[in-house]
Amino acid sequence: MSEALTMPAAAAEAPAGPVLSAKNLTRRYGEGETAVDALRGVSLDVPKGQLTAVMGPSGSGKSTLMHILAGLDKPTSGELSIAGTAISKLNDTDLTKLRRRHIGFVFQFFNLLPMLTAEENVLLPLSIAGEKADKAWVGELMSKIGLEDRREHRPAELSGGQQQRVAIGRALVSRPTIVFADEPTGNLDSKTSGEILELMRDSVDAYSQTTVMVTHDPRAAAIADRILFLNDGLIVKDLGRADAHDVIAVMEQLGQ
Amino acid sequence: MIRVAIRGLLGRKLRAALTGIAIVLGVAMISGTFVLTDTINAGFDDIFTGSYKNADVVVTGKRAFSADEASATETPSVPASVLAKIRRLPDVAAAAGTVTDETTHLIKRNGKVFPTMGAPALGFSVDPRYQQFNPLTLVSGHWPQSSSEVAIDKASADDEGFQVGDSIKVEVNGPARDFAVAGIVKYGAVNSIGSATIAVFDTETAQQLFNKHGQFDVIRIQSKGGVPTSKLLNEVRPILPATAVARDAQAQVKEDKKDVAFVNILQYALLAFGGIALFVGAFVIANTLSITIAQRMREFATLRTIGATRRQVLRSVVLEALVIGVIASLVGLFAGLGLAKGLNGLFVSVGIDLPKASTVFATRTIVVALIVGIVVTLLASLRPALRATRVPPIAAVREGSVLPRSRLARFGPATALTVLVIAVAMLVYGVLGHGIPTGLRLLLLGGGVLLMFVGVALNAPRLVPPLASLLGWPATRMGGAAGQLARDNAIRNPSRTASTAAALMIGLALVTFVAIFGAGLRSSFESAVDDLFIADYALTSSNTFTPMSVEAEKAVRLSPAATVVSGVRAGSAKFLGSSHNLTGVDANMPKVIHVDWQAGNDTVPARLGKDGFFVNDDYAKSKHLHLGSSVSFEFPSGKSVELKLKGIFKEPKGGSPFGEATVSNELFDRYFPRPENEMVFINTKAGVNETTTAALELPLHDFADADVQTRSQFKHNFEEPINRILYLLYVLLALSVVISLFGIVNTLVLTIFERTRELGMLRAVGMTRRQVRRMIRHESIVTSLIGGTLGIVIGILLGLLVSRALSDEGIVFAVPYMQLVYFVIATIVAGILAAILPARRAARLNVLEALQYE
Repeated sequence: MSEALTMPAAAAEAPAGPVLSAKNLTRRYGEGETAVDALRGVSLDVPKGQLTAVMGPSGSGKSTLMHILAGLDKPTSGELSIAGTAISKLNDTDLTKLRRRHIGFVFQFFNLLPMLTAEENVLLPLSIAGEKADKAWVGELMSKIGLEDRREHRPAELSGGQQQRVAIGRALVSRPTIVFADEPTGNLDSKTSGEILELMRDSVDAYSQTTVMVTHDPRAAAIADRILFLNDGLIVKDLGRADAHDVIAVMEQLGQ
Repeated sequence: MIRVAIRGLLGRKLRAALTGIAIVLGVAMISGTFVLTDTINAGFDDIFTGSYKNADVVVTGKRAFSADEASATETPSVPASVLAKIRRLPDVAAAAGTVTDETTHLIKRNGKVFPTMGAPALGFSVDPRYQQFNPLTLVSGHWPQSSSEVAIDKASADDEGFQVGDSIKVEVNGPARDFAVAGIVKYGAVNSIGSATIAVFDTETAQQLFNKHGQFDVIRIQSKGGVPTSKLLNEVRPILPATAVARDAQAQVKEDKKDVAFVNILQYALLAFGGIALFVGAFVIANTLSITIAQRMREFATLRTIGATRRQVLRSVVLEALVIGVIASLVGLFAGLGLAKGLNGLFVSVGIDLPKASTVFATRTIVVALIVGIVVTLLASLRPALRATRVPPIAAVREGSVLPRSRLARFGPATALTVLVIAVAMLVYGVLGHGIPTGLRLLLLGGGVLLMFVGVALNAPRLVPPLASLLGWPATRMGGAAGQLARDNAIRNPSRTASTAAALMIGLALVTFVAIFGAGLRSSFESAVDDLFIADYALTSSNTFTPMSVEAEKAVRLSPAATVVSGVRAGSAKFLGSSHNLTGVDANMPKVIHVDWQAGNDTVPARLGKDGFFVNDDYAKSKHLHLGSSVSFEFPSGKSVELKLKGIFKEPKGGSPFGEATVSNELFDRYFPRPENEMVFINTKAGVNETTTAALELPLHDFADADVQTRSQFKHNFEEPINRILYLLYVLLALSVVISLFGIVNTLVLTIFERTRELGMLRAVGMTRRQVRRMIRHESIVTSLIGGTLGIVIGILLGLLVSRALSDEGIVFAVPYMQLVYFVIATIVAGILAAILPARRAARLNVLEALQYE
């Protein structure tokens, strides 16, 4: 296996230092008395090749944080740069191009296109960008996600776990600078969840794939290199590697 | 992305099909129109070219001027001596003369004439020695050889089971006469000559029957081999009298085709209905795509998160529309072949049966139908496609996202109102403005109506809640909880309900307008008849409008029951610079027709003599005529006479039987070799009763084409064509109503899909399948009633406006209330029909699956 295949290309080109950097992000929904502050000043750097988990109870702001980090939502104030690009000044087209090149997504509800086959779903980011797929890379990816014999299946013919594997393949196929996963196990049973988490960890190890995952599942957080705990719109704890028990302990300690 | 669009389409086949049906029907109307009118035109072409086969040069009588109404009897004939001279020319190989007539009625076995419904009842002579010129072919029997023989066309023979050797009555310029059927003929290669009939005689018999002794109407000339047509023309022209003209055969075909220019008008009219259907189809497509896009927000958002630009989203939606447009237009194109047959059946059922060649499927038909269908689909998809580009990527991760309003949305209400105001301004100016050229006026009216529909559709979302509350009230009474929910569902997304209803609104507005216009036409005609018709009886030809020979008038004078018999002659003449309708009356006219004189009195008709005429007040005003004005009249024969104005009458609003000028019958008969009456009025000793009717009909026994009628029968006979045209218009407009029904079906199917979980919940808490069906049905009825109400209101307003504009022409504003009630009932039925499929789908939902539905 060549170096080019194992090293995500975009990541290799990215400048040294953090691939994502956020300073003092706030996000306010609504106006006046009914306004809600979902984020109240969050700063963080995401270094290359790490799996970062963001934890927190409902309403802690973790989903909002991820939406902003991924460029889906705009912060009310604060600065954010992805792969060295400050995104506040980008227009819609430039932002779309940035997503194409640097960002992959894994959703809680998979969000596969029902009319496309598994392989076509995986290849979708490339075909949207008008790029040719590298056959060897796609072959490797299909085998990595364990679906090389289900390439022609439609999402409706796949189990939930298999669908999420397709979604992970889709997130990885363009070798993005950073993959965001939004509760990737939130819609799966516990056995399948374990398999999906294993796959995600594997992708970080094998391809140095920088990944940010939002989750409320302590078992999911346990595969991360770093765990951020959010509460009331603020990062309240920044933990290194920890097992599920430690995560639960911290959650209890934080009154979660 | 292309694959996404195509696969997406394949994954939603039903939806795509329902969307496409709107275009299929509209395009079918366009292509059907072309196919039918091309086939008819080719039929006429075949007839005319067949008529001059093997002829290089054709000699006919020369009309002094061309008139729209000019019939064959008004074209002067050519003296027979010309034929002898032509035959002596050096380059002539063969020449034959024929006489023709267009009122040679074949009589059925029951004594009635074969109805030709306005088509000519052709009569002509065939000289069997010159078969090379004969457009007819014998199916059986032989060519007529004596004064007692006739050959008739195959369709007529088949109709009544006439065979060679049978006896048949034929009525030409006088009482019907008995003939023996010598032969049965077909017109060359033409598939059908429509409702026309053919009677063929030998030359001498035809000349005598048509009052054309020693004359020919057409002389066909074949040149000797190798002689150029121009040379032959140069030889023929010098020996012709001033009243005859020689043309090469192609030029003559062209000349003859001028008489069938109405086929083109028919084509434009039908295309207009195709246009309306496509306009409605555009509404349906735009609405269906909008709903589909709202439902696919997560899909679009996902595409956006993985790098699709707005432009790519736009393209994928437009591409989807393009594929639907192409397929639907192709299907519509070929469906048009079938529709052409249907349209023809429709025309035949209202009495319009035109000649036809074998089906013509022209390249132009294919090109126009496809382009129009595809372009309309693409245009209709633009707004939904732009909406799709506004789906934000974050909608991929959020439940129940709503589309952000467009930057222009805040101008929405203002724009909607502006469009409506512009539309009304265009209509009012187009209708009431003075001195606008006709083209601009039509543009203003057409554009105004279209904008009006768009404007009302744009404003409709605000009208939907109050209208739905009002129109849905019966549903809440009758449908219980289901009815209540149905009404609420209709209000839930007002703009969706509004655009669904708008499609139906267009059809109903036009139908209502037609009904009102027709009622206005009828009532103004009736009041005119009530004003004018003071005779006991009228006599017209059996199809009311074709003039008939004056022989019938002479015959009815013989009836002892008649005290006054007064005919109104009809023809055309050229005076004051253009060709006009000319009528003739006798001194008794004031006893049978009442007119108010502006200048002169009831003695005017008696004083017309050989040098007078009268006109109506409008014509007098427009031409600045006054009593004593001298005007030169030129007749079709080419003769001219100077006449003095002796009276001016006030034309009733509903019209009169008189042309632009009226002369005495005495003068009329002097300048028209074969005068005809458009109607004859009769006063009787005993007034209207069955005995009198029988006494009048007795001397008319051999005039099968003459129809004695009372005033109310007369009204009925004249109104029947109006009613038939109205019926025709209703059927043509029904197509756009059907298209809008598919729009309702679409919306309901999509809405049910959207509310799957909600329906599951309703079923779970105890709603029966029956109640689900009822709920959907009531929602459908409420939606269609909104469309129906808006449409009927717009239709009434349009009717009011147009009757105002035409009030000078005698059109009054009359609301046919009963018909409007029928339209409302039809709207409800439409709603019920549209709900059948969606209601069934909704009721079939599996409760458990519906609840789990993601």
